[in-house]
Amino acid sequence: MLKTEPPLDVVVVGAGVVGAACAYYAARAGLAVTVVDRGPVAGGTTGAGEGNLLVSDKEPGPELDLALLSLRLWRELADDLGAAMEYEPKGGVVVSSTPAGQEALRAFAAQQAAVGVVAEEIPAERLQELEPHLSPRMAGGFHYPQDAQVQPALAAAHLLREARRLGAKLITGETVRAVRRRPDGAVLGVETDRRRLDAPAVVNAAGTWGGELAGLAGVHLPVLPRRGFVLVTEPLPRIIRHKVYAADYVADVASGSAGLQTSAVIEGTPGGPVLIGASRERVGFDRTLSQEALHRLAAQAAELFPVLADVTVMRVYRGFRPYLPDHLPAIGADPRVPGLYHACGHEGAGIGLAPATGLLIAEQLTGKQPELDLVPFRADRFPAA
Amino acid sequence: MRRTPAELVGAEPGPAHHIDFDGRPVPALPGQSIAAALWADGVLAWRTTRVGGRPRGVFCGIGACFDCLATVNGRPNQRTCLLPAEPGTTVTTQEGHGRADLAI
Ligand SMILES: Cc1cc2nc3c(=O)[nH]c(=O)nc-3n(C[C@H](O)[C@H](O)[C@H](O)COP(=O)(O)OP(=O)(O)OC[C@H]3O[C@@H](n4cnc5c(N)ncnc54)[C@H](O)[C@@H]3O)c2cc1C
Ligand code: FES
Repeated sequence: MLKTEPPLDVVVVGAGVVGAACAYYAARAGLAVTVVDRGPVAGGTTGAGEGNLLVSDKEPGPELDLALLSLRLWRELADDLGAAMEYEPKGGVVVSSTPAGQEALRAFAAQQAAVGVVAEEIPAERLQELEPHLSPRMAGGFHYPQDAQVQPALAAAHLLREARRLGAKLITGETVRAVRRRPDGAVLGVETDRRRLDAPAVVNAAGTWGGELAGLAGVHLPVLPRRGFVLVTEPLPRIIRHKVYAADYVADVASGSAGLQTSAVIEGTPGGPVLIGASRERVGFDRTLSQEALHRLAAQAAELFPVLADVTVMRVYRGFRPYLPDHLPAIGADPRVPGLYHACGHEGAGIGLAPATGLLIAEQLTGKQPELDLVPFRADRFPAA
Repeated sequence: MRRTPAELVGAEPGPAHHIDFDGRPVPALPGQSIAAALWADGVLAWRTTRVGGRPRGVFCGIGACFDCLATVNGRPNQRTCLLPAEPGTTVTTQEGHGRADLAI
């Protein structure tokens, strides 16, 4: 027998960082929220990635607008939750190994500056002041003070804890099997394997599985997995101050290629280990370890920071980024199904973009004008297969 | 008399040699792990934890838990339960991550 629960304003499907942010901002707006996840909190991609909050890698456009809003919200959230989420406003350093690469970075930074991204050019001879262990063979770099970092699983957990303090409910270990709809198509709630949750609004925060959830509501949303590996070193003292990556990273992120791409992004963590990530490739949900990916990440990291060549990698993990064909997430009301909202498909930036996503969804849910234009994120922009 | 695993299985190891632990000789048998040699000598801890500075030695003994780390021949974070106590091996008590020299 399915249990029936008291009526809600909104059900959020997914307890990753995006679902957690949606629940937090919705609860803060006074809505009655229940979050449901088939696994534990942060058991999906949120627990399998890194916590870079970046503007440095984004070109002007809708994603950068979202990132700038989100970084502002992360700073606000950090006032109370910063230590608990291991928030570190450490800034990013992008380096190039050739003068041509530095020229490309300069042009990129100039475009970004026009929309409010702060970047300072660092000539080669000053790079060691920022990063003493950096290879002396670099042609130059840019310092992006707005880039920051959180520990994603802690961030999701603390956002959910705050949401619960504001009255939200959390159900874990229950899979949403159906999205219930009225004869006219509007959303009535969801059915899990144990209960029925009635609500006039359902938020699809199912990450890499968001396409399946959209399918349960009868609409097409082509979310697909993009695999990434991360290397974890033995615990070290602070040897790297910023998030450091090579200029090629930006091209890799934007690439449409299915093949293996690696451009190491390197950062220290409060826990001690240095994280070296991440590769990108489209191989479905294949969990096989790719020696090639690990080898390339390790080699690139040692090229940037020769000191890492002597450091042991203790373990490796992998995750599946939720990507949509045009590399933008799906955020906001689905015009095809009244009451269905999407908050998924953030690819390799879902941690960074979570607060803005949550805030925009909460604004729509409460009938406010969203702070950003949501048209580029509309879920019906992909023609059905 | 002390009962040892070697005695229980009727092992007949070759002659003992010595390894160096924090500047003093510790006897070791051929094939013995560093951790076993230290234990046999009554040493139970050869590392301090990173945060609390608490003593650590062997826990699982089979390479899974990383409790038994020490600096071996100058290399920090080596699992002493897996490394053989070969003649000439130098083991140093490891303070925390053992990489203080890299800090900036
Ligand atoms: C290697 C790697 C490195 C990364 N590095 C970064 C980074 O540095 N910065 C950054 O911003 N992002 C990074 N990302 C991307 C980031 O991790 C994701 O974009 C983000 O975690 C997505 O969060 P989410 O909440 O949308 O999805 P998830 O965390 O996957 O949450 C979705 C949840 O929905 C649940 N679910 C799905 N279907 C159902 C159902 N039917 N019923 C109930 N529950 C369901 C799942 O169990 C899951 O818990 C990285 C990703 C990877 C793989
Ligand atoms: S005691 Fe567990 S790894 Fe050595």
